[in-house]
Amino acid sequence: MTDTATRTRARPRNRLGDSAARPDGIAKTKGQFAFTSDLWAEGLLWGRTLRSPHASARIRSVDVSPAWRIPGVLAVVTAEDVPGSPTYGLDEPDQPVFATDVIRYAGEPIAAVAADHPETARRAMEAILVDYEPTDGVYDADAAFDAPPVHPNGNVFRHIRLRHGDPSATGPVVVEGTYEVGMQDQAFMGPEAGLAIPSEDGGVELFISTQWLHVDRDQVAACLALPADKVRLTLGGVGGAFGAREDVSLQVHVCLLALKTGRPVRMVYSREESFHGHVHRHPARIWMRHHANADGTLVKIEGRVVLDGGAYQSTSGHVLGNATCFATGPYVVPNVVLDGYAVRTNNPPCGAMRGFGAVQACFAHESQMDKLAAACGLDPVEVRLRNAMGHGDRLATGQVVDGVLPTRECIEAAAALALPPPAHDDWMARPGGAGRTTEAADVRRGIGYAAGFKNLMYAEGADDYSTASCRLRDGYAVVTCAAAEVGQGFVTLAGQIARDVLGIDDVTVAPADTVTIGSAGSSSASRQTWMSGGAVEAACIAVRQKVLDAVAARTGGTGLALVDGRIVSEDGSVDIAVADAAPGVEFEATEEFHHRPTSPLDENGQGDAHVSLAVVCQRAVVDVDVELGLVRVVQMAVGQDVGRALNPLSVQGQIEGGTAQGVGLAVMEEIVLDHGRIRNPSFTDYLIPTALDMPEVVATLIEQPEPGAPFGAKGVGEGPTLSSHAAIVAAIRDASGIDVNRCPVRPQDLALAARPSRAPGGSEGGGA
Amino acid sequence: MTEHYTLRVNGRDHEVDGAWLGESLLYVLRDRLGLPGSKSGCEQGECGSCSVLVDGGLVCSCLVLAASAVGQEITTVEALGGPHDAMSVVQEAFVSEGGVQCGFCTPGLVMAVHDLLVRNPEPTDLDVREAISGNLCRCTGYGRVLAAVRAAVGAGGVAGAAGAAGAAGAGGRSE
Repeated sequence: MTDTATRTRARPRNRLGDSAARPDGIAKTKGQFAFTSDLWAEGLLWGRTLRSPHASARIRSVDVSPAWRIPGVLAVVTAEDVPGSPTYGLDEPDQPVFATDVIRYAGEPIAAVAADHPETARRAMEAILVDYEPTDGVYDADAAFDAPPVHPNGNVFRHIRLRHGDPSATGPVVVEGTYEVGMQDQAFMGPEAGLAIPSEDGGVELFISTQWLHVDRDQVAACLALPADKVRLTLGGVGGAFGAREDVSLQVHVCLLALKTGRPVRMVYSREESFHGHVHRHPARIWMRHHANADGTLVKIEGRVVLDGGAYQSTSGHVLGNATCFATGPYVVPNVVLDGYAVRTNNPPCGAMRGFGAVQACFAHESQMDKLAAACGLDPVEVRLRNAMGHGDRLATGQVVDGVLPTRECIEAAAALALPPPAHDDWMARPGGAGRTTEAADVRRGIGYAAGFKNLMYAEGADDYSTASCRLRDGYAVVTCAAAEVGQGFVTLAGQIARDVLGIDDVTVAPADTVTIGSAGSSSASRQTWMSGGAVEAACIAVRQKVLDAVAARTGGTGLALVDGRIVSEDGSVDIAVADAAPGVEFEATEEFHHRPTSPLDENGQGDAHVSLAVVCQRAVVDVDVELGLVRVVQMAVGQDVGRALNPLSVQGQIEGGTAQGVGLAVMEEIVLDHGRIRNPSFTDYLIPTALDMPEVVATLIEQPEPGAPFGAKGVGEGPTLSSHAAIVAAIRDASGIDVNRCPVRPQDLALAARPSRAPGGSEGGGA
Repeated sequence: MTEHYTLRVNGRDHEVDGAWLGESLLYVLRDRLGLPGSKSGCEQGECGSCSVLVDGGLVCSCLVLAASAVGQEITTVEALGGPHDAMSVVQEAFVSEGGVQCGFCTPGLVMAVHDLLVRNPEPTDLDVREAISGNLCRCTGYGRVLAAVRAAVGAGGVAGAAGAAGAAGAGGRSE
């Protein structure tokens, strides 16, 4: 530390492979980073949305006049005020901006108001009189098939029929089960927020927390009947996303209010409104039957996947694509018979959440692998290793894995990590914690494993390209890309890439908007490192070439290359810093990056539908008080396929954070519905893990560079969420001996299952 | 129902004019006094994103009526650290240890950790987990946040903080 000579010579830790610091880190710790909800403009008004309390109803009438009579109210808008398309949607525009005659879910917007104080806006919203006629709704996904249509488009969003190999094949060992996954909320910390400012040209400027600026712009412009260039979106600071900001929420409402009033309008959802204002993780019911040989090798998997998509389509079709394509897990299975359905009900709309269908599938296929291990007398690790999929194997969709898929290595890595010490005497370390409910003698420890895999990028023929530009002048570069920074650290990575390619230290990542640059696609599907990272790299490489060409033209040097921040020629006659290469000259390039093409699935669910895959394995250690049904997750051990860790600290943060969301799904988090109404839309009643709930997370990164991926790196955001819940439930089964078939595991799933022999009347024992 | 009152925030008097008496301290700080560092994540005192100190005690400012805080010393995240990029030891540790992702919970967590280290300069792991258990974070899973607290303790805690005078109600211990 005292050797200043070596300190000054040290290379700055800000290149690819370094744990570079976030460029927004200082502002975020000082409270100076501008989230969208922090933005302010002169003459600002507050917007508020009126939502239906009914999940299924007809609207007889809406009377907004009482709202207008409240002083301070400047606008009240309903469906009549929407000048353009009355509906929007990512895949199918089936979701009304405001409901007109039919209500399809509890929380559906009916009107919006703007007022000069947030409390006035709330009162105005409550003053609007809506006459509802409640109608019978559909609240169970399996009932949706035969129920009257909830929407003219029908109740089945998508059916995937997947047939692979010989459908009549059987194996000597057969295990089967039906598994349920509850509805999970993304529960980002910064609720939905937008600030709309009317422009002089009749358009509107929208500062917004979103995952995909350009697709928001297109949907908003269509609803407002404005040309796309009159709707200008800029990314405000985003307080987390996890899939919940893929769909339009308040975008159209806040722009309409701004255009109506001619004044800036800010909308920020309360936590309760946030629960109603975005899509959730699909609840799933999955039946599976595995056929295997006596040695545990898989012969055939049969299954039926049903996802409850709620009232509107959102991304249900694609979520189902993943839930079906990856339903067999990262295992080789020659014969597959699967049917997947995503259906419409009167429950809240469901769509994207971290893991996107593969999470639900993982709970089923991993529960089955444990049953298979038990049936074959094998260790849970061994049965997974015997079937582990890798390079050269075929997916259930027939596609050959031509990239890296280190399933075996991930399983072995998770299994090899050191186990935690045995439970100790501290009350706080036991299930129930500070509640002091659990005696040490009642604590049973269990260990469970789960492996999961998923595609990276969009699939089934989508061309989800990204765009980036780079400007370089006197050794200072500005990178522009519309990739939404939602907390994952793309702004850090973009700087690392530019510094690496250009051999400089001075890089700024410009704000993301729809005016200065083309689409980057969505910050989802573990795709931005690959897609926008690839676009930034391409733009920087193009700029580097222009600089080299300029130096070659000026100096006559040949074989110029950029080495350690200097431009040098083959013979050494040219040797100058990038900053001095062409004083005052600006070099600029804009590049689009496309991944390799994929194909749609055919009528048998077969096709080369996926660009690349990533696999993960997790080992969970839990302590369970079976009698009280209380669980403490003690440790999570992770082996994750990352291709190459471009920022190890960021990767670690993704693994720990993604695992935390799996801990929540395993034992805490579920949106509770009663006839389609959310009963727990608050952090008082919807519990996410706190620092006292989270166990130690230990991880081994499996770094095998992916061919064709920029820098060999795979997206790492979704991996840890794929399998953590399944590993924890497996560990709970191991500890309790109870065949739990749903997650989250509720206290009654354990306590009531453990007690039937004591219950009067002697009901049958067994799983819940 | 509107009133004029004075709030003492970060060592300075702020006049609040024409405000509805039902406004929370969080709202007044953010939307009347131009101090948006404290965040609104739940409005129910569950998430801790709005944590501030009132007379040296850590509170959720969404649960405090602004008008009830008249005559009390209010300290927000804006008072920690120094001018420009100067950070307190705790803030620096959050950045260097990867304790920040989306950053929405960060100001509240920084306040909670400052409060902890003022009261307890050498906390155990359980002390830290308890102290921040009222601050929800959805991005980090708390691993790097806990690492940040360990790093801050190793770097002298709040005693080593550059501009924590306003926060260190009980006075930082020198080491």
